[in-house]
Amino acid sequence: MPEIPPTQDSVIHARGLTKCFGAMTAVDGVDFDVAPGEAFGFLGPNGAGKTSTMRMIGAVSPVSAGTLTVFGLDPARQGARIRARLGVVPQADTLDNELTVMENLLIYGRYFGLPWNESRRRAKELLEFVQLTDRSNDQVEPLSGGMKRRLVIARALINEPALLLLDEPTTGLDPQARHLLWDRLYRLKQRGVTLCLTTHYMDEAEQLCDRLVVMDKAKIVAEGSPRQLIEQYVTREVLELRFNRDEGEVGGIAADDSAHIDHQLDGLAERIEQLPDRLLVYTADGDATAAAAFERGLRPASILVRRSTLEDVFLRLTGRSLVE
Amino acid sequence: MAAIASASSAPRLPLAAHPAFRILEHDLLVFRRRWHSYLLSGLTQPFLYLVSMGIGLGLYVNRSGGLPGGVPYLNYIAPALLVTQAMMAAAFESAWPIMSKINWEKTYLAALNTPIGATNLLAGDLMWIAFRAVLISVMFFAVILAFGAVSSPLAVLAVPVALLTALSFAAPIMAFTATQKTDQAFNMLFRFGITPLFLFSGTFFPIEKLPLFMQPLAWITPLYHGVALARGLSLGQVDAVGDLVHVAVLGAFAVAGVLAARITFRRRLEV
Amino acid sequence: MLALRLSPPLALTRPTRLVARNLLVYRRGWMVVVSGFFEPLFYLFSMGFGVGSLIGAVALENGSTVPYAVFVAPALLASSAMNGAIYETSNNFFYKLKYAKLYDAVIATPMSLSDVARGEILWALMRGALYVIGFLAVVGVLGLGGLGLISSPLGILAFPAAMVVGFGFAGAGMAATTFVRKWQDFDIMQLAIMPMFLFSGTFYPISAYPPALQIFVQCTPLYRGVHLIRALTTGTPDVWIAVDVLYLITMGLIGLWIVGKRLNKLLLS
Repeated sequence: MPEIPPTQDSVIHARGLTKCFGAMTAVDGVDFDVAPGEAFGFLGPNGAGKTSTMRMIGAVSPVSAGTLTVFGLDPARQGARIRARLGVVPQADTLDNELTVMENLLIYGRYFGLPWNESRRRAKELLEFVQLTDRSNDQVEPLSGGMKRRLVIARALINEPALLLLDEPTTGLDPQARHLLWDRLYRLKQRGVTLCLTTHYMDEAEQLCDRLVVMDKAKIVAEGSPRQLIEQYVTREVLELRFNRDEGEVGGIAADDSAHIDHQLDGLAERIEQLPDRLLVYTADGDATAAAAFERGLRPASILVRRSTLEDVFLRLTGRSLVE
Repeated sequence: MAAIASASSAPRLPLAAHPAFRILEHDLLVFRRRWHSYLLSGLTQPFLYLVSMGIGLGLYVNRSGGLPGGVPYLNYIAPALLVTQAMMAAAFESAWPIMSKINWEKTYLAALNTPIGATNLLAGDLMWIAFRAVLISVMFFAVILAFGAVSSPLAVLAVPVALLTALSFAAPIMAFTATQKTDQAFNMLFRFGITPLFLFSGTFFPIEKLPLFMQPLAWITPLYHGVALARGLSLGQVDAVGDLVHVAVLGAFAVAGVLAARITFRRRLEV
Repeated sequence: MLALRLSPPLALTRPTRLVARNLLVYRRGWMVVVSGFFEPLFYLFSMGFGVGSLIGAVALENGSTVPYAVFVAPALLASSAMNGAIYETSNNFFYKLKYAKLYDAVIATPMSLSDVARGEILWALMRGALYVIGFLAVVGVLGLGGLGLISSPLGILAFPAAMVVGFGFAGAGMAATTFVRKWQDFDIMQLAIMPMFLFSGTFYPISAYPPALQIFVQCTPLYRGVHLIRALTTGTPDVWIAVDVLYLITMGLIGLWIVGKRLNKLLLS
């Protein structure tokens, strides 16, 4: 396991952190530390407990059990002081549709106790930063999803936070909007802002996170950098095989075929995963494995060799796909 | 970073720096966009009601000498309508708009990510509703004055009475709103709560005209006390003990409402 | 008009499909619909009997006097038909048009825009019918109890008359809604509805007004509705009730025609 940084330096420090809603345990005794300047991610499917964890860190949801400190402060007693130094980008946009773009930022600055003119100065800067200056006097409602998200990020930065919490920051955005958002987050990271985000997108986690934990069913199942996780849990490459199947067959491969194919691939791969529509063959060298399988008489309809991703890590750890 | 430090150091804050005022400020900023429509409805509604009910219907009431003491019907219903309008606005504002802030637009959730807490939201929006109630009452009172429908200088006290009545509705309804997931119950609340109160709390006719079994029901509703208090003052009929009872009942509803809302707001928003 | 190009059976059945959809939706919120029945009754008890106790008798247009409750009941029925129709065709219709984008989905089927308009009005009328029947039933029960509010056998025609009032306002309200851009615009609509409710001879005879104002009020739709229903329930019909019916039906039809035009513009262009 990667080493956990010493507690006193951690921006966030959690031990046995637990959140229960009635009989349901949303977060079940998780341990993690986030160091200053780090980009830290919670990766997992919907319902894994990511949002509940983020809300506890954000000092808006009481901790049910375990310890949690943020900036060395206790969220239960010093919630307002923690929140004063946090920027939060929630899953829902939570913008006030009755105010303009600029007014949304101004009011939010006031929530943090900023004087009006300081709030206005920062709002202008931030609109520049998220490329919304030309929309500053427009109503919020007609903005596109990507613009609203950028506005929410600008809003989260109005108090010049030392830690930015982002819950599913790019869910529902088109690829172009995502890349613009990632670019802004990368710049913030370069400025030394600690980022803590949840996502169920592998590419997002790989793009943004120095280190991440994989969450599943309220627990942390793995921790490390994207590269470490791939090295530790899967092979370097994946060979994806698709087979022609008869009409009416539900799975990708009929049962007797499956045994046959397994036999043909025997010894060629470290591990094989069977998905509804394809076979994933984990191997260090995809091309070599494909050639070897071909020699043994295997005739798939299509062959794809690719690098392993966090998606494969997740599949390995939980036996399930991340996005279904 | 200096500003952040000041926000996070709690002690020695002047009152205006209290976080609840940031919420009031937000509401006022929204208000600034719409003040003209508030002004329009705030003046036309009392005007239309007073002309139709006070003068038009009053013609027939006065002709048949229906009211004790020969009080003109216009003077009789004017303070009652003032209080009722403030109550209606307060009831509305503490239902749908609060539901939207909790559940639909979720602006409360945005505020909770700042140093502002759930009880600050409650206090801030109660101040906003109080502001609206005062605004409506002042405009209503101006129209009443224009009609010359006051019998005593004490009539101006209808404004604070309307404010207290508005709070005695707003606080309990806000407490209720925080327990709701949808707005379905609001239709019921208005249909079986607010509208009957408007019609049967002595606004248009003395509650003594109600069937006997309904009169005690009127006594326990806050609107009856607001209407009776404002009307008494407006007609110059001060009854120290009775008026204190009215104030006490209204105050009790408001305080109980605030206490309940503090619990339901925290339960709903701090989970 | 679009309606003429459809074969008769389809022209009749297609709008009912939209009604069926609305019924399905309201199955979950039926309490809200049913409870609407109480509102006019509350007004009836408050104004008719409460305020009525302060007033005593009121003179009708033909000079005969009736108890105040008898005077005000038909007016409350007309107002309630108006309010019901306006409520369904303003807020609810606007929501479906603008936010739920319901009709964008509907017109992708064989249903036409005029089917949509007629279906929604039919729905508004059905909802209104529920309230009218409820109101009349209670008035009937009060009559059995000796508190007769309908003093003529013609009163039975109050039901179709209230439907005519509902149709007129449903058409007009829906037409107005197609011009609405945001929720706040409904405030302007209320600015027309409220004075009508207060001044159309609803709560007292319009003989209280100066002559010029009387003529003006007589030209407004709710006055026509109140006049129509009052003439029937008090057994004092005059030739003007033909004008009432013609006025309200024409208003509804013109409204429908505008709705058809506007929906074409809003949804198809």
